[in-house]
Formats: sequence, C-alpha cells, structure tokens
Amino acid sequence: MPGTVQSIERAAAVLRLLAGGSGRLSLAEISRSLDLAKPTTHGILQTLRKVGFVEQDRVSGHYQLGAAMLRLGTGFLDVNELRSRSINWADPLAARSGEAVRIGTVLDGQVLVVHHVFRPDDTFQTLDVGSLLPIHATALGKALLAYRADGAAAPAALDRFTSRTAGTQRELTEALRAVREAGWSAEVEELHRGEASIAAPIRAYGGLVVGAIGISGHVERICDSHYRPRPALVANVRDAARAVSRDLGATFRGGAP
Amino acid sequence: MTERYVVAIDQGTTSTRCIVIDRRGQLVSLAQQEHKQHFPKPGWVEHDAAEIWRNVERLGPEALRRAGATIDQVAAIGIANQRETTILWDKKTGQPIGHAVVWQDTRTDTMVGRLDHLPGAEGVRHRSGLPLATYFSGPRVRWMLDHTPGLLERAERGEVLFGTMETWLIWKLTGGLHVTDVTNASRTLLLDIHTLDWSPASLEFFGIPRAMLPEVRPSIGVFGTATAAFPGVRIGAALGDQQAALFGQTCFAPGEAKCTYGTGSFLLLNTGSELVRSTHGLLSTVAYQIKGEPAAYALEGSIAITGSLVQWFRDQLELIASAPEIETLARTVSDNGGCYIVPAFSGLYAPHWRSEARGVIVGLTSYITKGHLARAVLEASAWQTREVVDAMNADSGLALKTLRVDGGMTADNLLMQYIADVLDVPVVRPLAAETVSLGAAYGAGLAVGYWPDLEGLRQNWHRAAQWMPTMDAERRDSEYANWKRAVSRTFDWIQG
Repeated sequence: MPGTVQSIERAAAVLRLLAGGSGRLSLAEISRSLDLAKPTTHGILQTLRKVGFVEQDRVSGHYQLGAAMLRLGTGFLDVNELRSRSINWADPLAARSGEAVRIGTVLDGQVLVVHHVFRPDDTFQTLDVGSLLPIHATALGKALLAYRADGAAAPAALDRFTSRTAGTQRELTEALRAVREAGWSAEVEELHRGEASIAAPIRAYGGLVVGAIGISGHVERICDSHYRPRPALVANVRDAARAVSRDLGATFRGGAP
Repeated sequence: MTERYVVAIDQGTTSTRCIVIDRRGQLVSLAQQEHKQHFPKPGWVEHDAAEIWRNVERLGPEALRRAGATIDQVAAIGIANQRETTILWDKKTGQPIGHAVVWQDTRTDTMVGRLDHLPGAEGVRHRSGLPLATYFSGPRVRWMLDHTPGLLERAERGEVLFGTMETWLIWKLTGGLHVTDVTNASRTLLLDIHTLDWSPASLEFFGIPRAMLPEVRPSIGVFGTATAAFPGVRIGAALGDQQAALFGQTCFAPGEAKCTYGTGSFLLLNTGSELVRSTHGLLSTVAYQIKGEPAAYALEGSIAITGSLVQWFRDQLELIASAPEIETLARTVSDNGGCYIVPAFSGLYAPHWRSEARGVIVGLTSYITKGHLARAVLEASAWQTREVVDAMNADSGLALKTLRVDGGMTADNLLMQYIADVLDVPVVRPLAAETVSLGAAYGAGLAVGYWPDLEGLRQNWHRAAQWMPTMDAERRDSEYANWKRAVSRTFDWIQG
C-alpha cells in the first residue's frame, strides 16, 4: 500500500479502542491490546491529547476519548479561548502599526469579531467585539475564505459596498488565489471609502486556519500612494499572526506563513 | 546604543515568566514555565524555591533567544514577584530549608488568632499598616522557626536567612546579596511603614531574630549585578507583583488606581507620599520608592479568590475545559437566574477580613443550569470589586472615576462589561495587558537611565479597550443587595 502512513493507522486504532465503550484505559492496557511498544503508544497518545482527540485523567493517568472527537463537525477552538490566547500579540501589533486590531472567525457566513484593540491614539472608540463583518469585503474575511477556515464559503450573493467591492464570484476567486499565493490578504476601499485593511491567517496544529488577525484604518496610512498596502505594515501583521499561531501549536517550515 | 531591551522576571504563584520588553513598553518575547504546587495538608500551600530558581536560570536565556537578542543588549533586569511567600535558606550552602510557604497558606491561623489578642498587637498593626492575618510573611517565619528543631538557634547565629521571593532570586542572581525592597518588606508585618526599616518592636513581638532579615532597599535603584542567568546585567528594580502592576499602569499620581485580575484580584490606589489609614478594611502599603526619593504609598483592597474560582469551576467541577470557556458557557443564559456564588474558600479578604467564613452557592432552584452557575462565577469577581471600591471611596473621600484593569481575566469581555455595570464607571484596559512585567521593566529601565523619567513612561500608556456602564440603577441596586445577603451567609461557618 504505497503512501500509507503507519502512525496514522495506529492512531486510528487507538481511537477505535477508546471508543469501544470500555471507559478509561491505561497506557499498559492500550499498548497490550494493540500489541504496540509502550513508547510508541505513549507518543501516539500524547499527540492525540495535544490535538484534543484524547483526554487523560489527572488522577489515574488513564486515557479516554476527548471532547474534540465529539465536536469534529463544529469549530474546534472556542472563540473566547482564541481571544485569550492572542491578546498578548494583538497589543504589540496595535502598538507597532499604530492602527486598530481585530481578530475574526467565521459565523454564519460572516466574520465574527472576537477581539478588538483600539487604535493607540487615545481617541474615543467603541469596542465592537461580537459584531459581524461581510466576509468578501474585508481583509479578515478574505484570509478566512482563502484557507476555508471553519468551512468558510463565499456567499451566493456578493453585496456591493463601494465600486471596489468584488462583485462577481470570478473576481473573488481570483482575489482568494492571490491571498493564498501571498500568505496575507488586503482590502482597499472595498467596504468603506477611505478605509483599508490587512490581515493574515491564524493557524493551529497541522496548519489548520482557525481565525485571522488584521489591522484597519485610513487608506492613506495603510497604503502607499499607489494604493498598495505598506510592506512594513504587512510584515507587522504577518509577524503577529505567526506569533499567535505558534502559541496555538502551529509549526512553520522555512519562511512560509 | 546597543542596549535595546529590558528583561522582566515575573515570578508568580503558578508560573515564572521572563519577558523581553522594548523601549515602547511592548512585549518582544516571553518564556514561561509553571512550577509544582505542593498541598501537603488542607490549607497548606508550598513551593520549591530551588525549582523556581532553576526555572529562572532556564527561562532567561530562552526569552532572549526567542527575541533574537544577546545579553549585552539588555540594559537591566527588573523583578516582580508573588508577595508574602516565605523562604528560609542556609546562608552557607544556599539550600532552601524546607519548602517555601505560599501566601495562600493558612497554617498560621491558630497562632495569628492568639497573637491578635496580645497587648502588643495594636502596635504591630499601627507600625505595619496591616491587620494581623495569615496572609502576611511574619507569622510564617515564626511558624517555621517553631516547627524545625534547632532552627531558631541557627537563625540567631545568622546561619539562616529569610526572604520573600525577590530576596531569594536576587541572592541567587548575585551569588549572595541579601536584600529586599520596600514593597515586599511592607507585606511582612515586620516593617515600620513610616521609617521603611524593620521595626525592633515588631520583631520582638513575633520573636524573629534580626540577623535573618535582608537589608531593606528602595524598589527602584540598582541592587547589584547578576552573575548567574544574566551575567553582567544590573538588577534595576524589585517590586511586589501588585505594586509592579500599579507602576506598569503608570498610576504615578495620587488618586490613580488599577485592579489586576489574576488568581486573586488586587485593587491599588496611589495615595502619594501620604500614608492613608483605612477604616474600611483596606491595607496601607508601600506603592514604590525610587532611590533618593520619598516612598509613594497605596491603599490596597485584596480579594483572595477571583480567577481561581474559574479554575475551580474548570478543574474541580469539570464544567468547562479551559478557563476562557467560562464566557461561552455564561453567554448561554441572559442572567444569573437568581443564583450567587461567594467564593470564601479560605475566608474573605478585603473589606471583610473574615477568616472563619466559607464559600456558599445560594438561590439554587431546579431552574438553575450550569450556564447560570458560570454567570454567578463571573459576577462574584465583579461584586467583590464593588465592595473594595466602596471601601476605597469611603477611605479616600474621592469617588473612583474610571477603573484601569489588567491581568488574564481582562480577556473576558462579559466580566469586564459586568464590572463596568456594577461599578457604574468606565473600565479601561491598557495596550499592554502584562502590566506586572511591565512595571518591573519600567522600574529597572528607569534605574539605569534606559527611560528618562516617569513622564516618558506615561507616554507609553494607551487605551486598548473600554467598557461603558449600561446597567440601570434599579437593577444594580437590587443585585448588590442580593450579593450582600449572600455574603452574610458565609460568616461564622468555621467554629472554634
């Protein structure tokens, strides 16, 4: 069987065994049942524990199926957990870029704002955590769409907010392809005239995109005179996305985002 | 200039963190390690000081590596630490004598109850600005001397040293400098808060030999140069963690206050060079002292259980998988359903100071779901804050206009909104939530001239989020009345 990965087969066997209904099992019981060496079994169990598919009882040390296994079809990272884990990196992004920061996930085909840091100029601003943004007309939304975060799909009807909003599926598909190529997304006057935004994907283990982080502000501050996002700001956003991703267990090969 | 960073060591109750901070006060990198909590008996909490030092030794270089920084780029180190935790060690070998006894530990309650009735107790309270309580270090030192054979004699001969966490870390970092700072010293019951030196009368009251105590120094000013972990770097500041957060929030002027929401929560109000005595159950404490300047004082309202109530909900009741999920669960319902939780797990701190109180869940009916309980958990932190703010307003004669918040729980929007609602003032989070580390870094940077002055530090402070009150007064008043009735049901539970 060319191309089969033995450790995934073994992991699947561990999950089936734990799902078998005999309740919590010890490391010894699992390795005996599957005729695997203890260190191998332990490595598989720890990996499954890290991704939430297996849980370990704190007192007995026995293993059982994790809650994440039962919720495979729904978003695996709680939005409040995402905010809590990214708050330390969203603040420096606001400080370095001088712009407001938002973190978004997908809800009902729109972008749900799960975290918001004010533009650090001490002017009056209102917290908009919990509000929804159009997914095809924001940098956050495009980053989520491009990597299919939480099964994100482009809406059937593309509302036009300005003359620059992507109006056809073909335009949007082309834009998303460009996002995947670049590793970050931008939106220039596509939602409001005079405003622009830049975003990058937040990844968890295995590269899974669980959200996006980005900045937004006046177009002349976000973009250069050719309406192109300023490279320094793009770097700030990507650094922040990478820092949050690392804390969520993502690993990066080379310089790829 | 090659010196680009300041490093903060934040030695907390559950973990130790080394944080690299840049000139704008922003986080560059962070390395963190939890340490083991030892619970040998009910009410006892201990740490292994040797384990904590090993963590500092490892985390320092790790934080620099993550920042891509070299040690010669570090201008200074600042220390912020869990307060009141008590460590004894052998002067010759540097080995800790037993485990460190942690601030939450209540083993001294019988002794403190007895001491509180002695004629000298009033003098101790007056000189220290604190009530006699198990929370503070002095009684722990006495307990350790009483319960280790031969230790008192060795302490009298100067062979045994006492320190709170910053003293231990500076001793290890410098290879034998035995010093403390005024903020940590002000939490021992042994300091005279006016003269800022150990009180001979208080030492006599507790029967603690002077020879085991460290030298008291200003919080901000060069303590010495590290020879381990950060060889060659100057130690520029040491502050108790809550005082560090006050400094990190740039509350430099009298009337400025912050509340840090962590395991417990601590509201500190800067009262300037004037020492304000509370008649409403708050502590008088040193806020900070810059070398060569008079000390700034603070009023403190300490709440024992806030974040740890969420941890209890997660670990003991297992109703959530992670602490932030409390907000998700709480949002499944629109109110508390008439249910209140008062987490008097080891008595109540400010403003009640009732060590015999124990926790209650009241208002249970068959209607209550785990969502209501989650609401009640979050609301408990808000109402405890309200009680402390009321006490502070009464003592200072000023009404708090905004509350600056920090700490891990500021990520909980529902809680922050509820605090704004029950206090009826805006709640503001600064752009750097890691204010404990920031305060230590600010102090250290100030001591070595990395930052010019307090005004320069103020310019680093920016508003990152603000929650405005929206609750109507009638509902606020009736909920507060319910909370107060719930609190009254915790009293007099432990009898003896």
